[in-house]
Amino acid sequence: MPVYKKYVDMIVQYTEDGKIIPLAVRWAPGEIFEIDRVTDIRPCASLKAGGAGIRYTCEIKGREKYIWLEESRWFVEAKDHTINAG
Amino acid sequence: MEVVIIERVILHSDCNSFYASVECLHHPEIRNKPVAVGGDVEQRHGIILAKNQLAKKYNIKTGEALWQAKRKCPELVILPPNYHLYMRFSKLARQIYLDYTDQVEPFGLDECWLDVTGSAVRGDGLTIAKEISARIKYELGITVSIGVSWNKIFAKLGSDYKKPDAITEITRQNFKEIVWPLPAGDLLYVGYSTQRRLNSMGIHTVGQLANMPQNILHSNFGKWGDILFCFANGMDTTPVAKFDNSPTVKSIGNSTTAPRDLLNDEDVKIVLLVLADSVARRLREQGFKGRTVCISVRDNDLFCFTRQHTMKQYTNITSEIAKSGLQLFYKHYRWNKPIRSIGISVTDLVSDCVPAQTDLYCDERSRERKERLDAATDWLKSRFGTYAVQPAVLLADRRLSGFDPKKDHTIHPVGYF
Repeated sequence: MPVYKKYVDMIVQYTEDGKIIPLAVRWAPGEIFEIDRVTDIRPCASLKAGGAGIRYTCEIKGREKYIWLEESRWFVEAKDHTINAG
Repeated sequence: MEVVIIERVILHSDCNSFYASVECLHHPEIRNKPVAVGGDVEQRHGIILAKNQLAKKYNIKTGEALWQAKRKCPELVILPPNYHLYMRFSKLARQIYLDYTDQVEPFGLDECWLDVTGSAVRGDGLTIAKEISARIKYELGITVSIGVSWNKIFAKLGSDYKKPDAITEITRQNFKEIVWPLPAGDLLYVGYSTQRRLNSMGIHTVGQLANMPQNILHSNFGKWGDILFCFANGMDTTPVAKFDNSPTVKSIGNSTTAPRDLLNDEDVKIVLLVLADSVARRLREQGFKGRTVCISVRDNDLFCFTRQHTMKQYTNITSEIAKSGLQLFYKHYRWNKPIRSIGISVTDLVSDCVPAQTDLYCDERSRERKERLDAATDWLKSRFGTYAVQPAVLLADRRLSGFDPKKDHTIHPVGYF
């Protein structure tokens, strides 16, 4: 299935020591998914979506998902316009 | 006491087909097609700036016209340049280099020297090169070629030796096999004309250059002969500069390829005024004054020359820089051919707060008035944009004067020394 780069709305927490913790991601209007846990943060490129930035490995409803922070925007590797977070 | 001389460990990292690689990363759909980044044809900047590996197979060359490239490869994908993106990736790569040493010296956007002599805890040169190469690939999604050697010149030759995504180590043991058979033109600072002069002396390879008696090179090329002799023998000791976000400014200049050929003095006056205004404003903004004005002119046969003139006094006054540039031009151009591109730069810089020696025959009061005028127009331009206030002559041909070199100017060329 073709993968494309999808910019998403995010709810994030900026901590007092300057960390950024993603709390929830909005895949589509009305579909907000809470992020249960962030298990890894590292600089990384996404060859599939086409971009590079800080990659957050997030646990959403028991599944592992990657979300990238590219400069000031967030993107995910989305599969063919369908929502695949749950 | 025993003196131990520690051999330097220097890397030269070169991002492969930098602009094209960054574009391919961001456009997965064209990754397996021949891709080039090209300038704007409408603005007559229509040349190939970079190409990917697939485009290289079609013998597409950097600097050739887009139509020539299209003829060699009709399915070539040509993308407009996105300098903001390239600068971001350049910065990200430098951040990785800075994890290993503070001696990171950029050479353009896509190349850097690193002195990792003191980074032995991270491993030897080859180990560090492998780690950097893997990190760039993983974190940025592009590839680099790295040369490892004991001097900057051979490290650079090493990064050119094998591409893409390769590491070449040039040691005191193997440099005669690797470096010496290379054409002399591969050495830094051996350009087209130096190469021709070397060839006429029977020197075709780096090895032949290295084995030439130094005094013969000196008598032919002066101090450059000595430098080339050192380069070819691996005796270059130039240090890798410490990384500094604001490198020492040696000159400030702007140039442009005009949207149409310049046909007469009036056309040149319009373009030079726009360029001189940008240069003078950048000087003032960065707190410099300069004394030497240099112009470069390229005619529509692509023949290029430069001329320079040193003034009596340091200045950052727009009208003085423009006047000096125009005088140089009037003195040296005979209008045998129309002009394609023109540039002006100011060198020999000092801080603008250095006290100035005036002389008896110079109207210092009028210079102060000009400085106040410049300050006033700078303020207007910073509030309302570059076009808010202009000399009337610029309105004679808005197509020629309608560019903003100060805003559009992003990539700064660099020199080795």
